[in-house]
Amino acid sequence: MTEAPASAAHAGTIREIAETRAAVPGALLPILHEIQDQLGYVPDSAVPIVASVLNLSRAEVHGVVSFYHLYRRTPPGRRTIYLCRAEACQAMGARDLEARLKEKLGIDFHETTSDERFSLEPIYCLGNCACSPALMIDETVHGRVTAERLDSLLEEG
Amino acid sequence: MAGDTLRIYVPNDTAARSVGADAVAAAIERTAGERGVAIEIVRNGSRGLYWLEPLVEVAVAGERVAYGPVTPDDVPGLFDAGFTTGGKHARHLGATEALPYLSGQTRLTFARAGLIAPSSLEDYREHEGYRGLEAALAMDTQAMVDVVKESGLRGRGGAGFPTGIKWQTVLDTPGTQKYVVCNADEGDSGTFADRMIMESDPFVLIEGMTIAGLAVGATQGYIYLRAEYPQAIRTMNTAIAAAEQAGYLGADVCGSGRAFHLEVREAAGAYICGEETSMLESLEGKRGMVRYRPPLPAVKGLFGAPTVVNNLTTLATVPIIFVRGGEFYRDFGTGRSRGTLTVQLAGNIKRGGLVEIAFGRTLREVLEDFGGGTATGRPIRAVQAGGPLGAYIPTSQFDTPLDYEAFAEIGAMLGHGGLVVFDDTVDMGQQARFAMEFCAIESCGKCTPCRVGAVRGVEVIDKILSGQDEAGNRELLEDLCGTMVDGSLCALGGMAPFPVLSVLKHFPEDLVAR
Repeated sequence: MTEAPASAAHAGTIREIAETRAAVPGALLPILHEIQDQLGYVPDSAVPIVASVLNLSRAEVHGVVSFYHLYRRTPPGRRTIYLCRAEACQAMGARDLEARLKEKLGIDFHETTSDERFSLEPIYCLGNCACSPALMIDETVHGRVTAERLDSLLEEG
Repeated sequence: MAGDTLRIYVPNDTAARSVGADAVAAAIERTAGERGVAIEIVRNGSRGLYWLEPLVEVAVAGERVAYGPVTPDDVPGLFDAGFTTGGKHARHLGATEALPYLSGQTRLTFARAGLIAPSSLEDYREHEGYRGLEAALAMDTQAMVDVVKESGLRGRGGAGFPTGIKWQTVLDTPGTQKYVVCNADEGDSGTFADRMIMESDPFVLIEGMTIAGLAVGATQGYIYLRAEYPQAIRTMNTAIAAAEQAGYLGADVCGSGRAFHLEVREAAGAYICGEETSMLESLEGKRGMVRYRPPLPAVKGLFGAPTVVNNLTTLATVPIIFVRGGEFYRDFGTGRSRGTLTVQLAGNIKRGGLVEIAFGRTLREVLEDFGGGTATGRPIRAVQAGGPLGAYIPTSQFDTPLDYEAFAEIGAMLGHGGLVVFDDTVDMGQQARFAMEFCAIESCGKCTPCRVGAVRGVEVIDKILSGQDEAGNRELLEDLCGTMVDGSLCALGGMAPFPVLSVLKHFPEDLVAR
């Protein structure tokens, strides 16, 4: 398996992230955020490391990782598309956009395309509700998204 | 910067950028360079007139002239028309302040939004910034709390609890460590007021939290900020660093000898963490599970210490109350709803944006006078007020005044002021289903009515929509809603049935087999 060395390298990174933040009050979320920022996701192998640094049980850390929607447990595609599913966007055609996006990418929410170009996630409000429908690609928000605009965003991506 | 440099304002707010503000700014810079026109581009915040974004403004003879919505393709034509001196063009809107959408508002909390460059502490100070803190530093703690009480300010997150009373409880509760927590987990669809403050006027939040800290004796503040707002996170962090640098935050606030530290804590996409006790759990590094109350967070909050938990818009309103006085603020509004309300027009609306007005105008006035009807041009069928847990309001109730009590009387809520408009193509059966689906996705799982009830709610609605024992299942749905309302621990399970019940009551024709 080629995964072992990568995961060993991750172990060092994860431990360092956890140790440098261990004294912060309520450190677990900041640590998990930093792991995801650096690795793109929170690998299962992070759970025992973070647990031992913070003197928590693995169950407690796992419970937190799995509670929050924004923590990924698997590596993301090159870009992540967050499509807003909330009411303001629904009022402006988000359901059609969702169907089109899933069909074009050939995946459902929480999945990644086989060429690893895109991951697709639902999101409940980007605060862009006066320019609906909206989606975010990585950290860039797009508003008033039409079917044509969606297609060109996918081509650019 | 030279005094006679031509200043062109292009908003740097997420929504403006989402519809092309960066490309417009680049086109203006490029075209100015090609034509040898010396300009300075200021990336201001947004005025909140989102239907006009990207809204470009030019400073002409001490007045700001607006053009919008501008596309990059418009830019050469704007230069041809002499827009740098306020020239006429198809996108010319006239003086920004004179636009009816803006002149018809009472901008108190949002007075500076779009006016100043959010990154500039200097700009903030030139526009009354930090005058509130200055006034507060001359008072003792009880006098500070009394100013807030006198203003009649109520929590803007939805519950409308009097802010001064909450502060009093924290002040009166002994504790060696106290906290101020800003709820910036603005998760309700249709709301963007908090994001707009953070991206357009971040120092006002810092100032408001500092005053809160000094008033109740808290030395540490946290802004619990949604991960869905990456730009707001960056803007707030930059502003906090600038405030620390200038001595407005830290161990010795403005030489007063009193400490207040402030930190942004990034949330992780759980809607329930907008509920204050669940937010405190999350800040402590745990799953965002709702706590039983009592004890109230004001008595036993973050890490067990007395904690002020306020909504972001509430805290951002504090500085102007200290600049102008509690009485000034109290003079706006009606009944027990004092001051201003921040309406956010969203969804299928022609003129979507932020409208800050005194309480008491009717829903219809706001939807028509400001909103101009739907974006699609079709009739409005329903408005969801107060986020995903708010009722769908039919047109027959549009004459309801916008205040907390009047909305409660019709079984609706103002919440954080978001109004999501739907035209007559909306399928209210699907909207009812979504309310339950959302609750099922976002339930923290602590109490059974919410955790199980929401899942059963989706199933029962699916049965109705597919024609299985419609009458029986409609009755079951009402019964289930009652159980959730009465038996849930917090507002998520307790209010998720409200949109469903409003559909059953006002749009029963959509909750049938198809």
